[in-house]
Amino acid sequence: MKRFLLGCAALIALPASAQTIAITGGKVVIGDGSAPVENGTVVITNGLVVAAGAGVAIPAGAERVDASGKWVTPGIVAGFTRMGLVGVDAVDPSNDSEARNSPFNASLDMAPAINPDVAAMAVNRAAGVTRAIVSPDAGNAIFAGQGAVIDTGSDLNPVTKAKAFQFVEFGETGARLAGGSRPALIAAFKTALGEASEAAKGIFRDDAMLKRADALALVPVVNGTMKLFVHAESAPDILMVLALKKDFPMLSLVLVGATEGWRVGPQIAAAKVGVLASALNDLPDSFEQLAATQSNIGRMKKAGVEVAIGMINDNEARQAQLSMQYAGNLVALNKVPGATGLSWDQAFATISSVPADIAGLGGEIGSLRAGRKADVVIWDGDPLELTSGVQAVWIDGVKQSLVSRQTRLRDRYANPTEGALPNAYDR
Amino acid sequence: MQLTKFLIGTAVALATVTSPVAAKKKDKDEASAPKSKFNKDPYPSTYQPYASVPTAVTNVIVYDGEGAKFQNATVYFRDGKVEGIETGGALKDGYTVIDGTGKWVTPGIIDIHSHLGDYPSPGVDAHSDGNEATGAVRPEVWAEHSVWPQDPGFSRALANGGVTALQILPGSANLFGGRSVTIKNVYARNVQGMKFPGAPYGLKMACGENPKRVYGSKGQMPQTRMGNMAVNRQTWARAAEYKRKLDKGDTVTRDLAMETLAGVLSGEILVHNHCYRADEMSLVIDMAKEFGYKVSTFHHAVESYKIADLLAKEGICSAMWADWWGFKMESYDAINENIPMVFKANACTIVHSDDANGIQRLNQEAAKAAGDGRRMGIEVPDEVVWTWLSYNPAKALGIGDKTGSLKPGKMADIVLWNGNPLSVYTRPDKVWIDGALMYDAANPKMRPVADFELGQPGEGDVK
Repeated sequence: MKRFLLGCAALIALPASAQTIAITGGKVVIGDGSAPVENGTVVITNGLVVAAGAGVAIPAGAERVDASGKWVTPGIVAGFTRMGLVGVDAVDPSNDSEARNSPFNASLDMAPAINPDVAAMAVNRAAGVTRAIVSPDAGNAIFAGQGAVIDTGSDLNPVTKAKAFQFVEFGETGARLAGGSRPALIAAFKTALGEASEAAKGIFRDDAMLKRADALALVPVVNGTMKLFVHAESAPDILMVLALKKDFPMLSLVLVGATEGWRVGPQIAAAKVGVLASALNDLPDSFEQLAATQSNIGRMKKAGVEVAIGMINDNEARQAQLSMQYAGNLVALNKVPGATGLSWDQAFATISSVPADIAGLGGEIGSLRAGRKADVVIWDGDPLELTSGVQAVWIDGVKQSLVSRQTRLRDRYANPTEGALPNAYDR
Repeated sequence: MQLTKFLIGTAVALATVTSPVAAKKKDKDEASAPKSKFNKDPYPSTYQPYASVPTAVTNVIVYDGEGAKFQNATVYFRDGKVEGIETGGALKDGYTVIDGTGKWVTPGIIDIHSHLGDYPSPGVDAHSDGNEATGAVRPEVWAEHSVWPQDPGFSRALANGGVTALQILPGSANLFGGRSVTIKNVYARNVQGMKFPGAPYGLKMACGENPKRVYGSKGQMPQTRMGNMAVNRQTWARAAEYKRKLDKGDTVTRDLAMETLAGVLSGEILVHNHCYRADEMSLVIDMAKEFGYKVSTFHHAVESYKIADLLAKEGICSAMWADWWGFKMESYDAINENIPMVFKANACTIVHSDDANGIQRLNQEAAKAAGDGRRMGIEVPDEVVWTWLSYNPAKALGIGDKTGSLKPGKMADIVLWNGNPLSVYTRPDKVWIDGALMYDAANPKMRPVADFELGQPGEGDVK
């Protein structure tokens, strides 16, 4: 019933701000991999970016925001999350990321379940994360369902794009969900997409593996109009995924995780498959991650792969706010002999324009290029640096509250001892 | 996900068998027998420092770990020990000189909460050795008997984290999880070869959700927080009785569980208590007074900020994350300012990891916390921030007289950082443990590679 109420709430869209705002004097990061512009200007109106950079004309009547000495960037786009699906991970009724006991899988649609009231939304918004790619988690089948792209704004209209992609588990998890082996995984995958191909023609067999709704949900996957996000970690598993296009040539693949992507970077690049990679995996945490190294993203980028930072199985329902730290660490690698990192400009792009591009939304979000949604953050310092903080956030041109229950608790307990009344009266 | 990882063993948990106290009736012969003398160190450390050369690291900024900062300084160490930090004056003869221009020197980071070795990589079921989840009271188990000294994680903690010593704890499925072990971050063929010489044992205890869930879900006690406290108190009462017998010189049947708890009551073993909520920490403080022991440190203490004044008054440390929150109900009130708020209250402040990835970035966690503190007006200089990473955890582990700062005569556990160690853009350049160079970023031969990684993809790669 909770889902029904949320769905209704999501229908009440708030209008974008019609106010024209000029943010002046800051160090402006466009987010597209270009170098920051000193003393730049960002002009937004009607919820969209009009212009950003040097020598930008300020329209008459614009509200001016002085960002001198600050950094001005697009809002962070979290590349792979489960944000909005989880209140508290271990509190099951608050966790909509997976449905182990559902008869359905590929047809599960995350968009109506995105809950803008979960604490993670306000926490991450205040940290500068304005958009997120939100994936379901696989419960009882290799296909998990249809993910969404969301914003973290303080309204009841969080969905930027519903049914943005289908998510499927390959590798060890996929093998387990398929019954216990990679051959079983391949059989399940090919059978499912075969049934989807038939469903597209209106053919539904009595002995089908998939429920009709799931087969129909996979039709846009098999015909390439919906992206297929595939979780694979090892080099052999990644090659297995790339080989799927032999049987299903229209697939629009995106790799997720890809801990060993660096070993097959040229092949990924040649296949023109984008990657939402875990940034700092460097442990052989499983037998599919033996060659983990923090140089993975840098090496893939060097091989020509389109790669952004994602956070699969890494507190991704709550901790998108770590994206900046992860990107900064990739810059740190440049000072480590033998390691391959990213330039600062590239690193920032892995948490802004590149994930937007991989999600197919680069024309709408992820940078301060003209015409993009006006998601803008003012920082008190280098946004990738640990001690920097957020001073202002706009989403769709709307100035956002930076208050969360965490800041409220902080303020209540700034002096923990009780005063004239218990702390419960202090708010 | 950190929540499930340390409870993975619970899936195969068997029926609870709380350790019965051996209340053996004494006869006349036993009453006149000499006091029982158990070997308190049956698995002694065989750690030996590796070879070192007298070394001078010049032109560095130094945080000494006790809150002092030195500009343009030279750090001298010889025979495994710190000799001193000098600013100005001629360079002394007889030292291998390392020019640290543009770099920083700090004491090695000490992680007071790790599961390297008892939940090693790869994290397969066969390696799940951190929770003896067969009974909520298991003080008889010792983490050192689970530690796999070939965990690849030790090398990452060294090379990326600058970690020179760490405490490996049992997990938190149990109220009494067992003894911890403190080790030097130096690979060895067995755990004895890693054990920190002279470090006291710790006892892992756990409050809150984990014990009551693990046992309550099986219809066993504890099923509630009041059940947690009842089992705790009953166990301490038995331990007190056992200790009275020992002190009187009575002959007692050996009881490994009670030996550990008696060690706590006599002050030889330090209590490290996993406890998230302020109200539960407050109850544990009273329980410790009720039975006459002291809590060294509350771990994962995400609500310490609510009782920072109480923790300061009681002299109990808080080991904390910078920004972990919300993964379970008892972490829902975690805030990013917890660490600086505890610091501001003059309570002992420690940054910990509990994580094979987090242990590689404890300096970064401290930096984030400091930044959040400064934004709420809590001023803390960088050199004081470093006390959260080395000296405070050393003291809480009972090794503060040996390591954790760069005072002359202490172990030369030292990190040379390739920049400001509280910046995201900085990594260890060199790490010395007891004066021996154990990691050098410029030399691929000075990257340790665990047995598990030999002959596998990625062997010896920069990680």
